[in-house]
Amino acid sequence: MSHENMNLTLKVWRQKNTQTPGKFVTYKAEGISPDMSFLEMLDVVNESLIKKQEDPIHFDHDCREGICGSCSLYINGRPHGPKRAITTCQLHMRSFNDGDTVTIEPWRSAAFPVIKDLATDRSAFDRIQQAGGFISVNTGGVPDANSTPIPKVVADEAFNSATCIGCGACVAACKNASAMLFTSAKITQLGLLPQGQPERWSRVQAMVKQMDKEGFGNCTNTGACEAECPKEITLMNISRMNNDFFSAKLFREEHTHDHSGNG
Amino acid sequence: MSLNANIPQGPLAEKWSKHKFNLKLVNPANKRKYNVIVVGTGLAGASAAASLAELGYNVTAFCFQDSPRRAHSIAAQGGINAAKNYQNDGDSVYRLFYDTIKGGDYRAREANVHRLAENSVNIIDQCVAQGVPFAREYGGLLDNRSFGGAQVSRTFYARGQTGQQLLLGAYSALNRQINLGKVKMYTRHEMLDVVMIDGHAKGIVTRNLVTGAIDTHAAHAVLLCTGGYGNVFYLSTNAIGSNVTAAWRAHKRGAYFANPCYTQIHPTCIPVTGDHQSKLTLMSESLRNDGRVWAPKTVEIAKKLRNKEITASQVKEEDRDYFLERKYPSFGNLVPRDVASRNAKDMADEGRGVGTSGFAVYLDFADAISRMGEDTVRAKYGNLFDMYYQITDENPYKQPMRIYPAVHYTMGGLWVDYNLSTNVPGLYALGECNFSDHGANRLGASALMQGLSDGYFVIPYTLGDYLATIGPKPVDKNHPAFAQTKQDVLDNVNKLLSLKGNKTVVEYHRELGHIMWEYCGMARSKEGLTKAKAMIKELKADFWKNAVVVGENEELNLSLERAGRVADFIELGELMVTDALMRNESCGGHFRIESQTEEGEALRDDENYAFVAAWEFKGENQEEELHKEELVFENVKLTQRSYK
Repeated sequence: MSHENMNLTLKVWRQKNTQTPGKFVTYKAEGISPDMSFLEMLDVVNESLIKKQEDPIHFDHDCREGICGSCSLYINGRPHGPKRAITTCQLHMRSFNDGDTVTIEPWRSAAFPVIKDLATDRSAFDRIQQAGGFISVNTGGVPDANSTPIPKVVADEAFNSATCIGCGACVAACKNASAMLFTSAKITQLGLLPQGQPERWSRVQAMVKQMDKEGFGNCTNTGACEAECPKEITLMNISRMNNDFFSAKLFREEHTHDHSGNG
Repeated sequence: MSLNANIPQGPLAEKWSKHKFNLKLVNPANKRKYNVIVVGTGLAGASAAASLAELGYNVTAFCFQDSPRRAHSIAAQGGINAAKNYQNDGDSVYRLFYDTIKGGDYRAREANVHRLAENSVNIIDQCVAQGVPFAREYGGLLDNRSFGGAQVSRTFYARGQTGQQLLLGAYSALNRQINLGKVKMYTRHEMLDVVMIDGHAKGIVTRNLVTGAIDTHAAHAVLLCTGGYGNVFYLSTNAIGSNVTAAWRAHKRGAYFANPCYTQIHPTCIPVTGDHQSKLTLMSESLRNDGRVWAPKTVEIAKKLRNKEITASQVKEEDRDYFLERKYPSFGNLVPRDVASRNAKDMADEGRGVGTSGFAVYLDFADAISRMGEDTVRAKYGNLFDMYYQITDENPYKQPMRIYPAVHYTMGGLWVDYNLSTNVPGLYALGECNFSDHGANRLGASALMQGLSDGYFVIPYTLGDYLATIGPKPVDKNHPAFAQTKQDVLDNVNKLLSLKGNKTVVEYHRELGHIMWEYCGMARSKEGLTKAKAMIKELKADFWKNAVVVGENEELNLSLERAGRVADFIELGELMVTDALMRNESCGGHFRIESQTEEGEALRDDENYAFVAAWEFKGENQEEELHKEELVFENVKLTQRSYK
């Protein structure tokens, strides 16, 4: 509604699969309404490609309301595009101008190999969570929910960390491809809550170990992750994780156990 | 086949306890001899997979997304109901049961709904133990808010991201079992068929969405936790990938599909802006706690608003019609969803709709902001307001939101008995995938409750009974049924890939959506439905002639994935219309214009339609056969729902 329909030039990374080298291909996106979301603009391009019996541009997406964490895309050199605190699916074409050239790339990180075009394999994130991103309680036999009061400020702080959607923008933005913002968000959420205390020291060690194993780089406090995180997860999480990690190493070794759940 | 719901005997409040005692148990040492397949990793699937693995069963879980955390439960905003009565405001298990039965317009089973209400309290305990950061009060205890269709505050929430937090809780429980080796997780896999041996479900066929590999998986039981089918309308609040394929393929292998026409149209969504739109976004029902819904009193003012000659805030108080407060003084803006949606539609039909299209009404926070201050409103609803601003480019702190109903949830689904078993032994359906607990209309904050009740607290008991009955003998993967079913899937994939016409599957999907919304949406008539049925038949024939699918099987292929799902939606669409045509009464979200009260409210026909309609697939292009499960009400009196 803000202005007239636009014509854009897209430079899109196309790659057949993980093994095949990729390249940029130029497309025209024509008659784009400013009310469209960025992904709807790509839908329009894809529909025209399919009509010509050509392979559409593959990208991950699902909820299209900024919460599932599926969508990714490096747009003009920034994860999730030019605006702060949103995902690509929440980016609207009113953020662009008629005649713009838009460069679209997949997440870039050795730990996130390209599957096809703009879709990457982020299963390393799942494996980090599997290593320790949980509280070991079985279904049933838990205390009443109100039996442990938790100060509102603590609950709110834990919530801020818990809002991570696991999209990978932090890794994509980081020059070291570090996954520390992602990993620390879960460690912070559970580490702040009383329920998370029994496994606090083993959790941080197990998750960091897995993070390193996946080939993510280290944190050098550049802060690009925080700046690009669509959920505004802060660097404070990384500080907390580092603090817990060193505490666990120095003072808590006797409390840690093999995080297989058998310990 | 007889349709026995297996509802336990005895007084309502004792049925579930007694039933749990009567169910057979599998001894702990034998549990590891059983394999269970769980398809879908939303609230129902993740909670079931984790809980069953904790018990000792070997679980294999599948999701089509790239991670189990991305299932669409993640997008639920408002909250989860539980009869904790922490607020001391008169809530109880019985009241939650009663509200849910009534809210569902007396088209759900009493026994199921009571069990759901009983389990609700355990769910909150479980989630808190997992570290789910629910909203709290300054004293450190859990906060509640009220939701539509209830006069107590029983909704637990985590800002506007309750679904996300609950799903991440279930995902963490699932992760723990993956780490322990008790769950084998397959991501980017889509289930395309059920393997049947001697009338029992013994496995599934999947397609690896990255490599195209078609594989078979064997198990003693298969649990479908694959969500709802709202995307049959093309535009809905569902995720783009949400689909009916797993449930529909199971239906074609013999599982009955129940009450397919019961769909929920949610009253508060951001209105459609144009043809390019790929999905609709919900604005949580919780907004109706503080927002006031209104439309201009006259068509003239509405016209001025549509033409942007004036803005909403310039409309004088006496020219505004707060139609929900006016018509339903006791529930006001908190009437159930079906009632709120129909009233918004009435406004648009009368020409009093706003926005460029005229298909919108206002949800206004001006009073709330002057009462509580902008900061308090921001703390309660900030993320929703931001979302609205992102999409519409309008500031809801300054201008009222424009909202209009959109398809949100499907109460219908695979028919299941009290044990969540479909009529096919060994095949279970949980969460939105089944039809069981919401009758003809689901109350807000009840979907999360049902998904987790099914997964955490029902299936771990009821599945054991079946497994103990069939015994732990391994499933023979060399049985010809596996190879045959795999071949059927391959044939279907190849048939889709051979489509080289000139119309994309998305175009077919959009067309189907138009038909469904127009004739099987908020108001339905015999005439319209009859017309829709013919149109869908035509659309189906055209699809298999003129659709275009590109690429090959052995790669990530969005065109092929979408084609299979749209083909299934078209068939489902026809069944929904058939069901809506058969049900010549109005109830909940199903509004037949032939059946309404003098005041235009839904008029049920309990004499003739107090039953569950379970449809049996009879072959390609054959009419499905109707089976009826009579609903027996021993505890509540069926009355005309009133929220006045």
